[in-house]
Amino acid sequence: MSHDGTQQKLVRMANQIATFFHSQPEAERVQGVATHINKFWESRMRRQFFEMIEDGGEGFDPLVLEAAAHIRKPAPPTPPPAGA
Amino acid sequence: MSLVPEIDYGTPASRSEKMVTLTIDGREITVPEGTSIMRASMEAGIQVPKLCATDMVDAFGSCRLCLIEIEGRNGTPASCTTPVAPGIKVHTQTSRLKDIRKGVMELYISDHPLDCLTCAANGDCELQDMAGAVGLRDVRYGYEGDNHVRARNNGEINAKWMPKDESNPYFTYDPSKCIVCSRCVRACEEVQGTFALTIEGRGFGSRVSPGMHEDFVSSECVSCGACVQACPTATLTEKSVIEIGQPEHSAVTTCAYCGVGCSFKAEMRGEELVRMVPWKDGQANRGHSCVKGRFAYGYSAHKDRILNPMIREKVSDPWREVTWEEAYAHVASEFRRIQYQYGRESIGGITSSRCTNEETFLVQKLIRAGFGNNNVDTCARVCHSPTGYGLGQAFGTSAGTQDFDSVEHTDVVIVIGANPTDGHPVFGSRLKKRLRQGAKLIVIDPRRTDLVKSPHIEAAFHLPLKPGTNVAVMTALAHVIVTEGLANEAFIRQRCDWSEFEDWAAFVAEEQHSPEAIETFTGVPAHLVRGAARLFATRGNGAIYYGLGVTEHSQGSTTVMAIANLAMVTGNIGRPGVGVNPLRGQNNVQGSCDMGSFPHELPGYRHVADDATREIFEKMWGVTLSNEPGLRIPNMLDAAVDGSFKGIYIQGEDILQSDPDTKHVAAGLAAMECVVVQDLFLNETANYAHVFLPGSTFLEKDGTFTNAERRINRVRRVMTPKNGYADWEVTQKLAQAMGLAWNYSHPSEIMDEIAATTPSFALVSYDYLEKMGSVQWPCNEKSPKGSPIMHIDGFVRGKGKFIRTEYVATDERTGPRFPLLLTTGRILSQYNVGAQTRRTENVVWHAEDRLEVHPHDAELRGIRDGDWVRLASRSGDTTLRALITDRVAPGVVYTTFHHPTTQANVITTDFSDWATNCPEYKVTAVQISPSNGPSGWQVEYDEQARQSRRIAGKLEAAE
Repeated sequence: MSHDGTQQKLVRMANQIATFFHSQPEAERVQGVATHINKFWESRMRRQFFEMIEDGGEGFDPLVLEAAAHIRKPAPPTPPPAGA
Repeated sequence: MSLVPEIDYGTPASRSEKMVTLTIDGREITVPEGTSIMRASMEAGIQVPKLCATDMVDAFGSCRLCLIEIEGRNGTPASCTTPVAPGIKVHTQTSRLKDIRKGVMELYISDHPLDCLTCAANGDCELQDMAGAVGLRDVRYGYEGDNHVRARNNGEINAKWMPKDESNPYFTYDPSKCIVCSRCVRACEEVQGTFALTIEGRGFGSRVSPGMHEDFVSSECVSCGACVQACPTATLTEKSVIEIGQPEHSAVTTCAYCGVGCSFKAEMRGEELVRMVPWKDGQANRGHSCVKGRFAYGYSAHKDRILNPMIREKVSDPWREVTWEEAYAHVASEFRRIQYQYGRESIGGITSSRCTNEETFLVQKLIRAGFGNNNVDTCARVCHSPTGYGLGQAFGTSAGTQDFDSVEHTDVVIVIGANPTDGHPVFGSRLKKRLRQGAKLIVIDPRRTDLVKSPHIEAAFHLPLKPGTNVAVMTALAHVIVTEGLANEAFIRQRCDWSEFEDWAAFVAEEQHSPEAIETFTGVPAHLVRGAARLFATRGNGAIYYGLGVTEHSQGSTTVMAIANLAMVTGNIGRPGVGVNPLRGQNNVQGSCDMGSFPHELPGYRHVADDATREIFEKMWGVTLSNEPGLRIPNMLDAAVDGSFKGIYIQGEDILQSDPDTKHVAAGLAAMECVVVQDLFLNETANYAHVFLPGSTFLEKDGTFTNAERRINRVRRVMTPKNGYADWEVTQKLAQAMGLAWNYSHPSEIMDEIAATTPSFALVSYDYLEKMGSVQWPCNEKSPKGSPIMHIDGFVRGKGKFIRTEYVATDERTGPRFPLLLTTGRILSQYNVGAQTRRTENVVWHAEDRLEVHPHDAELRGIRDGDWVRLASRSGDTTLRALITDRVAPGVVYTTFHHPTTQANVITTDFSDWATNCPEYKVTAVQISPSNGPSGWQVEYDEQARQSRRIAGKLEAAE
């Protein structure tokens, strides 16, 4: 699978999360998606996610796009541990 | 060292709270009402002679040896069938009793071989013991008459004699030694619930018969071993005892197969394991076992076990055996090189749900403290991660709410997406026992499992839903309960958030969630859903048991929430007999989750972003921990394919065989620069490994496993590790090579560290476990004896949370190219990827995976029973042999995944649960067609596997 394949997967995963929260009470939806991604997505996944959002966010559920503002921006990749 | 003592009280304990005082042989004793005189005597320390009684089964009263006299009563009643009464005076030894007993024994022995010295039961024979106890000195009848002992009588063929049945791989049946006490027959009925044994013939002609005079292996016998355990003579004997002799010492340990976590006595002679016998005081299994735990331990000494570390440059090279030091140094330098070159997050690891809590704790510690990231995951990802998420949301903790004993108080059971008689056999037997006592059963499963209908068991409702429609059916059950006014309002008002309930109730009450509305796509007739809902809501204590048929779906987490909703709306939480009971797969999958194996959670289910929790570990470990969640297994593989994840340390898990979409897993592993596999065997994942570290078995190490009921059970070392080191020692050495100053000298020290850092384990220590036997977490100041039942006075999160569960069809849909749905499951005799059970005699029962096909689907395609069929999905294709059966509905096919050659996961897709990425194993759109033999992929894979298992200097690769 290519990098594109992984991107497609991220879109699908984000949209699946959004699908669940679509059926939840309205007040909980945006925060629900954002919290879920903050809690469970590793930084490089969120980094790729934001790259795609910045590229226009094609394919994402509107709820994901709305939630993006509440998703934590990952720090740049960390250097190797000391002594390595 | 000596054998762990067990007292046989002769009859089961009475549960009465009313006490009765009586006198036995001049001693006053007080016991619960309903206790037999035999049991009361034993409790007073007086052993009444007996043969047909044992406390694993109900009294039978056939051997006439346990007779007693009661002052003021006539005759000599059997003490096993006579209950105690207040004030009675019992005598167990009088001249009349002595004469009767001696006479009875004389008759028994007149039809029994006198080969005691060469008999396998020598030293462990109750008949021998009783002959001694009653003082039998002579058999006046002689041995020449009618008998079952000799093949020929005076040169004539003896029609009553039957040859030894050695068909079962693990035990023999020698009818000549049978005293027809029926203990085996009753054990099969009462304990195991299979009803495979009976007594054929009558009078002197009576004999034990498996099925209809079949041999054991051809009968319905499931080889659980209960009959062997019950047998008082050498009639049913373990082949290992015949071969080795009687054990001389034993230790209590915990089975390393499924999540039931049965306690066994490992009975030893020196360092040789003679047999595994279920321990009566085991609180999960109460003295019962299945064919795997009881007999299938031969893998531990199998020739395929790898005992020396090995390294190779490329996966196409043959393996090269090296010293442990060389292996550690190599792994450490490779991991550091990769991190230097590709960044700190470029490596990670997988903890094992097969290993001990202590070992799992160390692996995640190595990753968090040594690798400096949170890229740690475990096989729970692919099984019960949705349970963690779903129950965490609803109740505030991922824990199953009950202990196994709870089933004894249940009135109505829902079993959904689980097949306990195959997957969790000892729990299955306990459930069946309760059902035979009158509890009602609702089975929600696409397949007609054995629980739906088998001897003396019949489900009140079987909802044969289409794979992938769990949420719709569960929500419809709630619809009926809410709209028909069956909700337990008092419970909900007291224990749950009322406004959330109202919101949820309005949601489920919508017409689109009614049984009638969902019938078209679930395939379940509406009246069955209505009937099941009414039964569950009104019958009494309702318990829900579920397995991977719930979690391994794209809506796995949603189904878990729906289950929690159903338990709350009916008020079935917080007492014995009710609850939400996830049946966990691996022996220590509960433990591996508890120990912080998930990339977002430190031990005790505390998120890595929580500063206070990190601080506890940072202080103890002297490092700074990352506050970012790490990669989950599927994410690791994606990142590997993308080139940002390059090294992995996998302890005791075979992701190439067990994880979905094999080709993607293979591509991910192939893209890594350093794959380290620690295992007993060169498993499938090792085909892509650069370093192999030999693992040790559960018999070779100390530790603890935590079973599905949160029970922390001791694992005790009974032999030296064949590879030299327990797995925790290997992880420690690896950590030391990477510069970490670890210095554990015993797993108990690791448990002390767990207790010091994890509130739910606060009081757990090896000393405490020694004292208590086992405890269920949380075990702390608040619950010093552990917590058999959760949420007794309130939910962990405060108020129970009702969550809307909207059904969403999976993206994996049938169509013209792939018109059938494939779902998967387990079989009794094999375990998971089969690495262990395939290396035992269990292959007698299941030598290959078969594809179950409905006769209608088979006929359309010209497939006959036993034909090779090609099974294809959009991910790949494989071949296996068909089994035509109406257990599956038309449109559904089913297979097990115990054999690597089947390659069932070449078929499964990369779809996964929305919340946890737990793969959707249970639904794959497929097509089947007749085939001539293995697919191209299978041939290619076999060749690659053969090549990759070569070891330099050895002729034939293992396996």
